[in-house]
Amino acid sequence: MHMNNIDKDSTPSIHIMRSELGRARGLGSAKAGLHHWWAQRLTAVALLPLSLYFVVSVMLLAGDTRAGVAAFLAAPWNTVIYLCLIVALFYHLALGLQVVIEDYVHSEAKRMGSILLAKAAIVVCALACIVSVLKLAL
Amino acid sequence: MKDVREALMVGRNTEGKLVRRPLSPFMLGSAYKPQMSSMTSIMHRITGCALGLGTVLLTLWLVCAAAGDGPFSIVQAILASWVGIIVLIGFTFALFYHFCNGIRHLAWDAGRGFELPVMHRSGWTVVAASLVFTAGFWVVGFLVW
Repeated sequence: MHMNNIDKDSTPSIHIMRSELGRARGLGSAKAGLHHWWAQRLTAVALLPLSLYFVVSVMLLAGDTRAGVAAFLAAPWNTVIYLCLIVALFYHLALGLQVVIEDYVHSEAKRMGSILLAKAAIVVCALACIVSVLKLAL
Repeated sequence: MKDVREALMVGRNTEGKLVRRPLSPFMLGSAYKPQMSSMTSIMHRITGCALGLGTVLLTLWLVCAAAGDGPFSIVQAILASWVGIIVLIGFTFALFYHFCNGIRHLAWDAGRGFELPVMHRSGWTVVAASLVFTAGFWVVGFLVW
Protein backbone atom coordinates (compact mmCIF):
# COMPACT_ATOMS: atom_id res chain seq x y z
CA MET A 1 0.00 0.00 0.00
CA HIS A 2 1.29 3.43 -0.96
CA MET A 3 -0.47 6.26 0.81
CA ASN A 4 2.20 8.91 0.44
CA ASN A 5 0.35 10.62 -2.41
CA ILE A 6 -2.37 11.92 -0.05
CA ASP A 7 -0.39 15.10 0.62
CA LYS A 8 0.18 15.80 -3.06
CA ASP A 9 -3.27 14.93 -4.38
CA SER A 10 -6.61 16.17 -3.06
CA THR A 11 -8.27 12.81 -3.75
CA PRO A 12 -6.69 10.12 -1.60
CA SER A 13 -6.15 6.74 -3.24
CA ILE A 14 -4.99 3.36 -2.06
CA HIS A 15 -2.92 1.25 -4.39
CA ILE A 16 -3.44 -2.47 -3.91
CA MET A 17 -1.03 -4.93 -5.50
CA ARG A 18 -3.76 -7.03 -7.08
CA SER A 19 -5.11 -7.15 -10.61
CA GLU A 20 -8.56 -5.73 -11.43
CA LEU A 21 -9.68 -9.21 -12.53
CA GLY A 22 -8.52 -10.74 -9.27
CA ARG A 23 -10.45 -8.14 -7.28
CA ALA A 24 -13.59 -8.64 -9.39
CA ARG A 25 -13.33 -12.41 -8.89
CA GLY A 26 -13.01 -11.91 -5.16
CA LEU A 27 -16.29 -9.99 -5.09
CA GLY A 28 -18.40 -13.08 -5.66
CA SER A 29 -19.54 -15.46 -8.33
CA ALA A 30 -20.56 -14.35 -11.82
CA LYS A 31 -22.25 -17.60 -12.81
CA ALA A 32 -25.98 -18.34 -12.50
CA GLY A 33 -26.90 -14.74 -11.60
CA LEU A 34 -25.10 -13.27 -14.59
CA HIS A 35 -26.59 -15.91 -16.86
CA HIS A 36 -30.09 -15.09 -15.52
CA TRP A 37 -29.57 -11.37 -16.16
CA TRP A 38 -28.13 -11.93 -19.63
CA ALA A 39 -30.84 -14.43 -20.68
CA GLN A 40 -33.53 -11.98 -19.52
CA ARG A 41 -32.08 -9.27 -21.80
CA LEU A 42 -31.48 -11.57 -24.78
CA THR A 43 -35.07 -12.90 -24.66
CA ALA A 44 -36.31 -9.30 -24.27
CA VAL A 45 -34.49 -8.24 -27.45
CA ALA A 46 -35.76 -11.35 -29.28
CA LEU A 47 -39.31 -10.57 -28.15
CA LEU A 48 -39.26 -7.04 -29.63
CA PRO A 49 -39.80 -8.22 -33.24
CA LEU A 50 -41.55 -11.45 -32.20
CA SER A 51 -44.25 -9.72 -30.15
CA LEU A 52 -44.93 -7.23 -32.97
CA TYR A 53 -45.33 -10.21 -35.30
CA PHE A 54 -47.66 -11.80 -32.74
CA VAL A 55 -49.80 -8.63 -32.52
CA VAL A 56 -50.13 -8.50 -36.32
CA SER A 57 -50.92 -12.23 -36.55
CA VAL A 58 -53.61 -11.93 -33.87
CA MET A 59 -55.13 -9.02 -35.79
CA LEU A 60 -55.17 -11.08 -38.99
CA LEU A 61 -56.64 -14.15 -37.26
CA ALA A 62 -59.26 -12.38 -35.11
CA GLY A 63 -62.67 -13.85 -35.85
CA ASP A 64 -61.21 -16.37 -38.30
CA THR A 65 -62.33 -20.01 -38.45
CA ARG A 66 -60.27 -22.87 -37.04
CA ALA A 67 -59.34 -23.88 -40.60
CA GLY A 68 -58.11 -20.32 -41.20
CA VAL A 69 -55.90 -20.42 -38.09
CA ALA A 70 -54.55 -23.85 -39.14
CA ALA A 71 -53.82 -22.61 -42.68
CA PHE A 72 -51.96 -19.59 -41.25
CA LEU A 73 -49.85 -21.73 -38.91
CA ALA A 74 -49.19 -24.30 -41.67
CA ALA A 75 -47.02 -21.82 -43.58
CA PRO A 76 -43.48 -22.89 -42.57
CA TRP A 77 -42.28 -19.38 -41.64
CA ASN A 78 -45.33 -18.85 -39.45
CA THR A 79 -44.78 -22.22 -37.74
CA VAL A 80 -41.12 -21.42 -37.04
CA ILE A 81 -41.73 -17.84 -35.89
CA TYR A 82 -44.58 -18.97 -33.63
CA LEU A 83 -42.32 -21.62 -32.08
CA CYS A 84 -39.55 -19.02 -31.58
CA LEU A 85 -42.10 -16.70 -30.00
CA ILE A 86 -43.37 -19.40 -27.61
CA VAL A 87 -39.85 -20.38 -26.47
CA ALA A 88 -38.65 -16.77 -25.99
CA LEU A 89 -41.91 -15.71 -24.32
CA PHE A 90 -42.08 -18.50 -21.75
CA TYR A 91 -38.33 -18.34 -21.03
CA HIS A 92 -38.61 -14.57 -20.45
CA LEU A 93 -41.69 -15.14 -18.27
CA ALA A 94 -39.93 -17.80 -16.15
CA LEU A 95 -36.94 -15.49 -15.52
CA GLY A 96 -39.09 -12.46 -14.74
CA LEU A 97 -41.58 -14.25 -12.51
CA GLN A 98 -38.71 -15.80 -10.53
CA VAL A 99 -37.34 -12.33 -9.70
CA VAL A 100 -40.77 -11.07 -8.64
CA ILE A 101 -41.28 -14.10 -6.35
CA GLU A 102 -37.76 -13.74 -4.90
CA ASP A 103 -38.47 -10.08 -4.10
CA TYR A 104 -41.81 -10.52 -2.36
CA VAL A 105 -41.90 -14.03 -0.85
CA HIS A 106 -39.64 -13.94 2.21
CA SER A 107 -39.99 -17.42 3.71
CA GLU A 108 -37.33 -19.70 2.25
CA ALA A 109 -39.64 -22.71 1.86
CA LYS A 110 -42.53 -20.72 0.37
CA ARG A 111 -40.15 -18.92 -1.97
CA MET A 112 -38.60 -22.11 -3.34
CA GLY A 113 -42.00 -23.83 -3.51
CA SER A 114 -43.67 -21.02 -5.43
CA ILE A 115 -40.74 -20.66 -7.86
CA LEU A 116 -40.81 -24.39 -8.61
CA LEU A 117 -44.60 -24.35 -9.00
CA ALA A 118 -44.49 -21.31 -11.31
CA LYS A 119 -41.75 -22.88 -13.43
CA ALA A 120 -43.62 -26.20 -13.65
CA ALA A 121 -46.78 -24.37 -14.81
CA ILE A 122 -44.70 -22.41 -17.36
CA VAL A 123 -43.13 -25.59 -18.77
CA VAL A 124 -46.57 -27.24 -19.08
CA CYS A 125 -48.06 -24.16 -20.82
CA ALA A 126 -45.05 -23.82 -23.15
CA LEU A 127 -45.23 -27.50 -24.16
CA ALA A 128 -49.02 -27.28 -24.63
CA CYS A 129 -48.52 -24.27 -26.94
CA ILE A 130 -45.74 -25.99 -28.92
CA VAL A 131 -47.72 -29.22 -29.38
CA SER A 132 -50.87 -27.28 -30.37
CA VAL A 133 -49.01 -25.16 -32.95
CA LEU A 134 -47.39 -28.30 -34.41
CA LYS A 135 -50.72 -30.16 -34.44
CA LEU A 136 -52.41 -27.26 -36.28
CA ALA A 137 -49.47 -26.75 -38.65
CA LEU A 138 -48.62 -30.32 -39.64
CA MET B 1 -32.18 -14.45 13.40
CA LYS B 2 -33.23 -17.04 10.88
CA ASP B 3 -31.40 -15.92 7.82
CA VAL B 4 -27.94 -14.88 6.63
CA ARG B 5 -29.46 -11.70 5.21
CA GLU B 6 -30.78 -10.77 8.64
CA ALA B 7 -27.26 -11.04 10.05
CA LEU B 8 -26.25 -8.37 7.52
CA MET B 9 -28.85 -6.04 9.07
CA VAL B 10 -27.07 -5.97 12.45
CA GLY B 11 -24.85 -2.97 13.12
CA ARG B 12 -23.57 -0.73 15.92
CA ASN B 13 -24.78 2.78 16.61
CA THR B 14 -22.45 5.65 17.62
CA GLU B 15 -22.49 4.47 21.25
CA GLY B 16 -21.33 1.04 20.15
CA LYS B 17 -24.64 -0.59 21.00
CA LEU B 18 -25.82 -3.43 18.74
CA VAL B 19 -28.84 -2.31 16.70
CA ARG B 20 -30.89 -3.47 13.78
CA ARG B 21 -29.78 -1.16 10.96
CA PRO B 22 -32.58 0.97 9.50
CA LEU B 23 -33.82 0.13 6.03
CA SER B 24 -34.98 2.81 3.62
CA PRO B 25 -38.74 2.51 3.14
CA PHE B 26 -40.29 0.70 0.17
CA MET B 27 -40.85 2.90 -2.90
CA LEU B 28 -44.64 2.71 -2.46
CA GLY B 29 -46.31 4.05 0.67
CA SER B 30 -46.44 7.19 2.78
CA ALA B 31 -42.66 7.77 2.78
CA TYR B 32 -42.44 8.91 -0.84
CA LYS B 33 -44.58 10.90 -3.24
CA PRO B 34 -45.44 8.99 -6.41
CA GLN B 35 -42.56 9.48 -8.83
CA MET B 36 -42.03 8.74 -12.51
CA SER B 37 -39.23 6.28 -11.67
CA SER B 38 -41.14 4.23 -9.07
CA MET B 39 -44.49 4.33 -10.89
CA THR B 40 -43.13 3.18 -14.26
CA SER B 41 -41.07 0.52 -12.47
CA ILE B 42 -43.98 -1.01 -10.54
CA MET B 43 -46.15 -0.78 -13.68
CA HIS B 44 -43.49 -2.79 -15.55
CA ARG B 45 -43.84 -5.56 -12.95
CA ILE B 46 -47.64 -5.40 -12.86
CA THR B 47 -47.93 -5.54 -16.67
CA GLY B 48 -45.32 -8.34 -16.73
CA CYS B 49 -47.36 -10.42 -14.27
CA ALA B 50 -50.57 -9.61 -16.18
CA LEU B 51 -48.92 -10.80 -19.39
CA GLY B 52 -47.92 -13.96 -17.54
CA LEU B 53 -51.62 -14.58 -16.92
CA GLY B 54 -52.21 -13.67 -20.57
CA THR B 55 -49.98 -16.55 -21.66
CA VAL B 56 -52.48 -18.90 -19.96
CA LEU B 57 -55.14 -17.42 -22.25
CA LEU B 58 -52.83 -17.85 -25.27
CA THR B 59 -52.25 -21.48 -24.25
CA LEU B 60 -55.99 -22.04 -23.86
CA TRP B 61 -56.67 -20.53 -27.29
CA LEU B 62 -54.00 -22.63 -29.05
CA VAL B 63 -54.97 -25.86 -27.24
CA CYS B 64 -58.67 -25.34 -28.10
CA ALA B 65 -57.75 -24.60 -31.71
CA ALA B 66 -55.75 -27.83 -31.84
CA ALA B 67 -58.47 -29.81 -30.04
CA GLY B 68 -61.19 -29.29 -32.64
CA ASP B 69 -64.02 -27.10 -33.95
CA GLY B 70 -66.19 -27.49 -30.81
CA PRO B 71 -63.64 -26.26 -28.23
CA PHE B 72 -62.42 -23.57 -30.64
CA SER B 73 -65.89 -22.08 -31.12
CA ILE B 74 -66.35 -21.97 -27.32
CA VAL B 75 -63.06 -20.12 -26.72
CA GLN B 76 -63.75 -17.74 -29.62
CA ALA B 77 -67.20 -16.94 -28.20
CA ILE B 78 -65.71 -16.23 -24.75
CA LEU B 79 -63.02 -13.94 -26.21
CA ALA B 80 -65.56 -12.09 -28.38
CA SER B 81 -67.93 -11.49 -25.43
CA TRP B 82 -67.96 -8.15 -23.59
CA VAL B 83 -65.93 -9.55 -20.70
CA GLY B 84 -63.51 -11.14 -23.17
CA ILE B 85 -63.02 -7.88 -25.08
CA ILE B 86 -62.38 -5.91 -21.86
CA VAL B 87 -59.81 -8.51 -20.73
CA LEU B 88 -58.17 -8.43 -24.16
CA ILE B 89 -58.00 -4.61 -24.13
CA GLY B 90 -56.24 -4.90 -20.75
CA PHE B 91 -53.80 -7.43 -22.18
CA THR B 92 -53.00 -5.32 -25.28
CA PHE B 93 -52.31 -2.31 -23.04
CA ALA B 94 -50.09 -4.48 -20.79
CA LEU B 95 -48.24 -5.79 -23.85
CA PHE B 96 -47.63 -2.36 -25.39
CA TYR B 97 -46.61 -0.86 -22.02
CA HIS B 98 -44.19 -3.70 -21.23
CA PHE B 99 -42.84 -3.49 -24.80
CA CYS B 100 -42.20 0.29 -24.65
CA ASN B 101 -40.89 0.37 -21.08
CA GLY B 102 -38.78 -2.70 -21.89
CA ILE B 103 -36.99 -0.67 -24.57
CA ARG B 104 -36.43 2.00 -21.89
CA HIS B 105 -34.89 -0.63 -19.59
CA LEU B 106 -32.64 -1.95 -22.38
CA ALA B 107 -31.44 1.63 -22.99
CA TRP B 108 -30.62 1.96 -19.28
CA ASP B 109 -28.75 -1.37 -19.43
CA ALA B 110 -26.67 0.18 -22.23
CA GLY B 111 -25.93 3.11 -19.88
CA ARG B 112 -28.16 5.63 -21.66
CA GLY B 113 -30.99 7.89 -20.52
CA PHE B 114 -30.26 8.16 -16.77
CA GLU B 115 -30.40 11.99 -16.63
CA LEU B 116 -33.54 13.07 -14.76
CA PRO B 117 -35.11 15.20 -17.53
CA VAL B 118 -34.46 12.41 -20.06
CA MET B 119 -35.91 9.80 -17.66
CA HIS B 120 -39.06 11.89 -17.14
CA ARG B 121 -39.48 12.45 -20.87
CA SER B 122 -38.99 8.76 -21.73
CA GLY B 123 -41.45 7.81 -18.97
CA TRP B 124 -44.20 10.03 -20.34
CA THR B 125 -43.38 8.81 -23.86
CA VAL B 126 -43.89 5.21 -22.71
CA VAL B 127 -47.27 6.03 -21.12
CA ALA B 128 -48.47 8.02 -24.16
CA ALA B 129 -47.16 5.48 -26.70
CA SER B 130 -48.77 2.49 -24.98
CA LEU B 131 -52.14 4.29 -24.81
CA VAL B 132 -51.90 5.34 -28.47
CA PHE B 133 -50.86 1.84 -29.60
CA THR B 134 -53.68 0.21 -27.60
CA ALA B 135 -56.26 2.60 -29.05
CA GLY B 136 -54.83 2.15 -32.56
CA PHE B 137 -54.87 -1.64 -32.26
CA TRP B 138 -58.54 -1.71 -31.28
CA VAL B 139 -59.64 0.88 -33.84
CA VAL B 140 -57.97 -1.15 -36.60
CA GLY B 141 -59.19 -4.39 -35.00
CA PHE B 142 -62.83 -3.30 -35.04
CA LEU B 143 -62.50 -1.97 -38.62
CA VAL B 144 -61.03 -5.30 -39.80
CA TRP B 145 -63.77 -7.19 -38.00
